[in-house]
Amino acid sequence: MILYEQSPALLVVIPLLSAFAINIFGLYNRRLCFPIAFLALAATLGAATMTLARVLQAGPISYRLGGWPPPFGIEYVIDHLNGLVLVTIAFVSFLAVIFAKLSVEKELPDKIPQFYTLFVLLVTGLLGMTATGDAFNLYVLLEIAALTGYALIALGDNRALVASFNYVILGTIGASFYLLGVGHLYIMTGSLNMGDLLTILPGLYATRAIFVAFLLVLCGVWLKMAFFPLHTWLPNAYTYAPSAVGCLVAPLVTKVSVYIMIRVMLSVFSSHYVFEVLALTGPIVWLAVAAIIFGSIQALAQDNLKKMLTYLIVAEVGYMVGGVWLATGYGISGAILHIVNDALMTFCLFVFAGIVTYKTGGHMLSDLQGLYRKMPVTMTGFTVVALSMIGVPPTAGFFSKWYLILGAIEAGSYHFMVALLVSSLVNAILFFRIIEITFFEPKMDHHTGHAPEITINEAPFSMLMPLLVVALGLIIIGIYSGTIVTNIIQHSVPGGLL
Amino acid sequence: METIISIKPLLAVLVSLVAVGPIVASGSRPNMREAWTFLAGIIKFGLVVSMVPLVLRGNVLEYTLVEVLPGLAIQFRVDPMGMLFALVSSSLWIVTSAYSIGYMRGLDEHSQTRYFSFFAVALSATIGVAFSANLFTMYLFYEMLSLATYPLVTHHQDDEARFSGRKYLGFILGTSIGFVLPAMLMTYFAAGTLDFAHQGIMTGLFSKSTMTVLLLMFVFGFAKAGIMPFHAWLPAAMVAPTPVSALLHAVAVVKVGVFSIFRVLTGIFGTNLLLSLNLGTLLCYIAAFTILTASLIALSQDGLKRRLAFSTIGQLSYIVLGASLLSPKALTGGLVHIAMHAFGKITLFMCAGAIFVATGKKYISEMVGIGKRMPVTMTAFLVGSLSVIGLPPTGGFISKWFLVLGTLEADQIVMLVVLLGSSLLNAAYFLPIVYRAFFCTPEESMFEAKVQEAPPWCVVPLVVTAICSIGLFFYPQPFFDLASLAVQIIVGG
Repeated sequence: MILYEQSPALLVVIPLLSAFAINIFGLYNRRLCFPIAFLALAATLGAATMTLARVLQAGPISYRLGGWPPPFGIEYVIDHLNGLVLVTIAFVSFLAVIFAKLSVEKELPDKIPQFYTLFVLLVTGLLGMTATGDAFNLYVLLEIAALTGYALIALGDNRALVASFNYVILGTIGASFYLLGVGHLYIMTGSLNMGDLLTILPGLYATRAIFVAFLLVLCGVWLKMAFFPLHTWLPNAYTYAPSAVGCLVAPLVTKVSVYIMIRVMLSVFSSHYVFEVLALTGPIVWLAVAAIIFGSIQALAQDNLKKMLTYLIVAEVGYMVGGVWLATGYGISGAILHIVNDALMTFCLFVFAGIVTYKTGGHMLSDLQGLYRKMPVTMTGFTVVALSMIGVPPTAGFFSKWYLILGAIEAGSYHFMVALLVSSLVNAILFFRIIEITFFEPKMDHHTGHAPEITINEAPFSMLMPLLVVALGLIIIGIYSGTIVTNIIQHSVPGGLL
Repeated sequence: METIISIKPLLAVLVSLVAVGPIVASGSRPNMREAWTFLAGIIKFGLVVSMVPLVLRGNVLEYTLVEVLPGLAIQFRVDPMGMLFALVSSSLWIVTSAYSIGYMRGLDEHSQTRYFSFFAVALSATIGVAFSANLFTMYLFYEMLSLATYPLVTHHQDDEARFSGRKYLGFILGTSIGFVLPAMLMTYFAAGTLDFAHQGIMTGLFSKSTMTVLLLMFVFGFAKAGIMPFHAWLPAAMVAPTPVSALLHAVAVVKVGVFSIFRVLTGIFGTNLLLSLNLGTLLCYIAAFTILTASLIALSQDGLKRRLAFSTIGQLSYIVLGASLLSPKALTGGLVHIAMHAFGKITLFMCAGAIFVATGKKYISEMVGIGKRMPVTMTAFLVGSLSVIGLPPTGGFISKWFLVLGTLEADQIVMLVVLLGSSLLNAAYFLPIVYRAFFCTPEESMFEAKVQEAPPWCVVPLVVTAICSIGLFFYPQPFFDLASLAVQIIVGG
């Protein structure tokens, strides 16, 4: 079973090689691009699932790239935490490429090979960042993901160019902060391997250099995840990106950054250091509250569907950062669960926005009129996701809130609980506003009720399928959230906090 | 008492949910579509009834669907209290379905397939609440009911429906997310469970002040019970087609609200705890305020459905009052009132709808002399009014009797006065309608003397429920026995 043994590496190697293949074959025949990307991402999903299955069976896997032993060589370490995140990334990107086919043909007809090449490279970067157990290797993959992200966003119209440029500047600052932090760590310890760092660092917790290193890394990932007030690059970049790009970057990039924050906090430093030695939990939870409230209010102010969704991402990042920094077992479990749930929900919402753009050419809220009649199936899927965003049981969104609120209660951070509830209520307003527009407009006569000219005009299957699969998945994951938390997530929560 | 594992409660919940498939599939053939509704209704009722003997013998039926979180499952449990409520809702669904056919076809309403589908979903949620074994399951079905009702409330899809829909969800979803959810989580965090227990799960967990806050969060959070100031959604929801108002806003939705409060008071807090903290009295006054204020507002309403809505708000607080008095007789009265008020009020709503179908009239001031034109409907209206006022020979008398006895038992004379005063107010806002309908000079009458009733599909159901209202005076046993049994468990367990 060589495939089985090599699955952690295959995760990254398959999409990486497919990028070259797409580039080369795309020169001859651009119709080959999609099948190659599709097969590559399907194989990646298989490898990710296999990896997670291995972790569940036999515990964490350490994989040495090229056979070099750590701490000298690069080590991939897959445990329950990143096993779960890897499957999420692979699953979402697989569905995103299915959605992308028609969307790209319509929005970017002359950039198809470029799109698919960058797409699989971005997936490579995200998977690599998640899988690696090496702090510097993480930086390299972070840059791969970031650079391809900038390029993908810039594929959009002129406004996307400006937005992408802003993103380049802030994203680069973020990456530099991270690198600088890792540099500090290297100078102090002489190691870049996370497991190695975890054992060396405790002796150095009292030093100022380590404190600075931690802050630099933290600020770096905060910039990357658009944590308030470092979120300014995100709304425009994700709004004006092509639909298919939005479906990949919006659900995954911020979530992977949250994962990295958790990884650095728990596996490079330790829960003892970040929660007890540093007295930062209070202020950071307040900052998360601010992110949630700010994102929610900004989302209310938007009349552009995609922009509204981008501000919701800002709010949801607040959920996860706050959840982790509550420093309780429930809070961390909730934050990790929300990485999965939010990736799926955001994916669905951007697919929905993409379908609207595909069908109507716009993505303003006013473009949504009459959608319940035109696209009943799409709207059914959307409604499920909307309920999950609001937090109605038994959808997944309810259960991440459940854990996060329990975490807030456990930590006594009632302001965080209130912020979560306010955000739920704001989401209710936001999504029922959309439901109102799609259900009540254009106006029709009382009783006759036959608004003319509206006939069923459903989205194409390849766009609809990802939406429906994930919408159904949200319900299934919701019902099994207890199982997921007990069997997967709780392995990643520091023992002292359970 | 014996616990029997049985899948029947789950089936009773699911049958109408499953029926949505065939209802949608046969959307183009209305007769077929309604046949599915009836079939689902009859099966549901049959399943509920088939569990009655077991429950009356003191057994409890239980079924665990799935354990979602550790110690927290989607679980059903059929006890006397839930059975009483399920019996009321599932039997009245059949009657209302017949009435819906008459009403919706009589007015040639649009989107009838959507209407019947969501009606079926709403009934699933209602039975789900009735049979919930824990607060979490109840919350799940409570929210499902809120959402399934939204398309029914906004059925007309005009501006009025839109704003009423906003108000409806704003109040109901706002309170359930804003109050019930945090209160439920705090309870779960402290107690580690949310199962309904005979004497609650809260004892000794919180200080008295925290306990009071949690209690108020629950009571106001279940805004479907229409306790002021969270009642304004109910009059707004009257924009819905009348069968919706009849079944959902006089029976299913609002009773889910009071039923949830009943469950929380008895199963989460426990009567002994509430008595020892003297929290019942606080709730009594909240309920009394709603009873009197709603009745006073009802006096001034000219829209018939709006008057009925305010009457409902007042009557719901009777049930809350019954729970808050915490004495066995009052609890029995409150539970029986769930059934008695349901039969009375649904009759009244169906009469209002029948009048609208036959004459297009919505306002009480336009109904002078209507008794000559629609004698059957207005006679039924009289019966319904008597039941809601609480006069013999109608079922409403029985429940009010026990509530009044309960106030004496609990030594709350103020509440006795409130109940009697409210009865007078009820009479003052109902009886003039009936009086003006029958007794007026030919010049005053706004209708020709010729008898012209609404279509039989509309009239027969309301006659049936009116007869039931009278029948329940002479034979209240099914509901009364269940209520007494439930109270025995609450008090004695």
